[in-house]
Amino acid sequence: MQIPSGLEAGVEGDLLKAEVRDLDFYYGGFHALKHVTMPVHDRKVTALIGPSGCGKSTLLRCFNRMHDLYPGNRYAGGGIVLHPDNTNLLAQEVDPIEVRMRISMVFQKPNPFPKSIYENVAYSLRVRGMRNKNELDDRVEAALKGAALWNEVSNRLNELGANLSGGQQQRLCIARALASDPEIILFDEPTSALDPIATASIEELVTELKENVTILIVTHNMQQAARISDFTAYMYLGEMVEFGITDQIFIKPTKKATEDYITGRFG
Amino acid sequence: MLQSADLDAIRAIIARAKRWDMFFALLGILSLMVGVLTFTALFVDMAIQGVPRLDFEFFTSFPSRRAANAGILSAWVGTVLVMLVTALAAVPLGVAAGVYLEEYAPKNWITDIIEINISNLAGIPSIVYGLLALGLFVYYFGFGQSILSAGLTLALLILPVIIVATREAIRAIPQSIHEGSYACGATTWQTVSDHILPYSSAGILTGVIIGMARAIGETAPIITIGALTFIAFLPPAPFAGDPPAGLFEWIFAPFTVMPIQMFNWTSRPEAAFTVNAAAAGFVLVFMTLAMNGLAIYVRYRLRKNIKW
Amino acid sequence: MSASASAPSVSLPIGKGISDRLRKKASRHVKERIIEFLLFCAAAFSVFVTVAIVWVLVKESWVFFETVPLSDFLFDTQWTPLFDDAHYGIMVLLSGTITSSAVALVVAIPLGTVIALYLSEFAGFKLREIAKPFLELLGGVPTIVYGYFALTFLTPILQKIYPDLPGFNLLSAGLVMGVMIIPYVASLSEDAMRAVPMSLREGSYAMGATRLQTALWVVTPAATSGIASAYILGISRAVGETMILAVAAGMQPKLTFNPTEPGATITSYIVQVALGDLPHGSIGYQTIFAAGLTLLLMTLAFNLLGYWLRKRFREVY
Repeated sequence: MQIPSGLEAGVEGDLLKAEVRDLDFYYGGFHALKHVTMPVHDRKVTALIGPSGCGKSTLLRCFNRMHDLYPGNRYAGGGIVLHPDNTNLLAQEVDPIEVRMRISMVFQKPNPFPKSIYENVAYSLRVRGMRNKNELDDRVEAALKGAALWNEVSNRLNELGANLSGGQQQRLCIARALASDPEIILFDEPTSALDPIATASIEELVTELKENVTILIVTHNMQQAARISDFTAYMYLGEMVEFGITDQIFIKPTKKATEDYITGRFG
Repeated sequence: MLQSADLDAIRAIIARAKRWDMFFALLGILSLMVGVLTFTALFVDMAIQGVPRLDFEFFTSFPSRRAANAGILSAWVGTVLVMLVTALAAVPLGVAAGVYLEEYAPKNWITDIIEINISNLAGIPSIVYGLLALGLFVYYFGFGQSILSAGLTLALLILPVIIVATREAIRAIPQSIHEGSYACGATTWQTVSDHILPYSSAGILTGVIIGMARAIGETAPIITIGALTFIAFLPPAPFAGDPPAGLFEWIFAPFTVMPIQMFNWTSRPEAAFTVNAAAAGFVLVFMTLAMNGLAIYVRYRLRKNIKW
Repeated sequence: MSASASAPSVSLPIGKGISDRLRKKASRHVKERIIEFLLFCAAAFSVFVTVAIVWVLVKESWVFFETVPLSDFLFDTQWTPLFDDAHYGIMVLLSGTITSSAVALVVAIPLGTVIALYLSEFAGFKLREIAKPFLELLGGVPTIVYGYFALTFLTPILQKIYPDLPGFNLLSAGLVMGVMIIPYVASLSEDAMRAVPMSLREGSYAMGATRLQTALWVVTPAATSGIASAYILGISRAVGETMILAVAAGMQPKLTFNPTEPGATITSYIVQVALGDLPHGSIGYQTIFAAGLTLLLMTLAFNLLGYWLRKRFREVY
């Protein structure tokens, strides 16, 4: 196995939240991830970049076992070790539902449930069996504040989530993901369906969130990766080409392929 | 370059093609009119003959050998009770089957068999369900010619309708909603009960109403189980007797239903009974049209209101 | 939140340890499995229904065929099971079924196809929005009501044109049955036509074709198997229709292919027997199961053919 250069990159004293180790993944017969290895640093933002179809979303969706929902998907080797449990998330004995309770996700297109704003956020608490009204109220408020949405919706919590604007909907989905105190939040191109102003607010939010949460973000937008991430991974054709501190990747990538992609000569 | 003669020829061809277009559009409208006119004739004819017969007494009288005294009391009460049994049996079963096929079923031969089987059941003539009920419910299980036998027979008949409607309603829910729920850490059953069923309920309701409208008008399978056609008494009131056995006395009672009553009157030679048949038919058509109309309305509202 | 005391070093390969927090919980697993099993039972119940239908029909027919040889059943030209001189020639009932179905299809297939083409290729959005629910209403009218209509409205009109027509006849029943089937044929054909991708139509229009030319030369061929499966559904409906025939066609079994005569079909014979009080277990009682089995086999063949065609047409695009 070849460890891509820069894999051990990191700031002295950083903790690892998770490690992808030699991960292989198949969609039916298609080898979508090939021996992918990558660290995920605790309470840092890690960006996954690469051309369409390079496997970055596929990798992201391994973290909360979304692939389990569809037949024909196969984790074929290696794994993702979550710390401090030191457990392979992809192991047979691991309950995907437990994984998803600790690693939540924000999708490309805002997908609020057709329920009230309050119920949208409360849902991730309800699936954990939380029924106490006061506790729910507090947690929902905290999550909406965390997602910088509280001021806009505090007096209309019973309206449908779908009545919000696109950017607000996406922040509602972030609040939903935050409500359960996740350890990692996965963002799958969270701003690709939003206008520039909404995008800026989401980006700002992501930077604030990393105080408490580890963040993995897939993005098509290289400026975005440069702006908000601490680490960047460049993937191509299902392989991890280069991983490193974002500044280094963008200023002085070690691989020619990475440089070509970042400078826009390719992709 | 086109010569002007060619141009004329082409123009003539285009003009001819356009005339055919017009002709076909006319043909299309005429064909639709055949349906519209038949329906109008049927409805108006029945209304003219039957509506004058519709008075309070008609709804509160038992059938009688004297046409002028006969009414549909036992028929409409029977229809309501049979529909109650049908709904209680078919709705949970059909929705559960639809949910299983959309949300749980793995892609394997067992699922394939179930799917082919359901589409095949939808195509089996209703009278064959009647024969099934005669052999199975009436004699093998010994339910007799009762409300229970009739209700279960019609439940089997409309089961495919409800299953298909449930599946279509569920398929209309975007995948992103499923994923959003699972990403919150919901189990499959939590996803189904908190999201899938609530969001598809209007679509399922449409299917249930259409299925029930079909069941109300079904005649052949109920005749086949040997339902009596002359019933001058009411079954015991549901859930009113001494518990526990008395609560369910009504489901084993003999009965008649609206379409049977209408068939009975239609097959009499006297004109007075034909008028009764028209009146009963009018009530029956009114009921099924109202239900179908309700279903169409629910679906229309649903399409207008839903925002994903 | 996620604070751990020590930084784990990169340590390959992956250990087999599973933390308690992440391990599958038996309680949740069991509950989900029980629910899944119950839902599976509901879905599998439909298979049980089919098995029960086949079992009941075959069981009773078996007894019937122990008394009546299969060759008599298939080739005898008389159907008089309730007479002393009993004959059991299913051909007689089949002739009624075939004649009435043929009349119905002569109405339903051309009209249904034209309506489908019109709604799919010619009509505007508004007309389609009104016409489709209306067709559904037409299909939702109870068949007993259609039967009444055939007997008391259409037959007298037909008798004015053709005075020798008996009061009960296959023609009137077949015509009304045809109107009843139009919605099925039209609606399914239209679905198949609408499934033809817009790009095919645009290609045709770009060549200067008119709507009719596009409809006939591009859309119809592309939707053939879907349209065919709509026809087959129509046939299967016609064969299985009961009440219109029981009310308007008379119930005298007669080997005839003349629609202006009265006749019994497989379905109306079953109704006739069920209306009387034949003792359970008698040969007369068993004849309806033999007739029902014949009907089931016919519709089963049509359904499977239709299913196969639909499956094929889904794979085209």
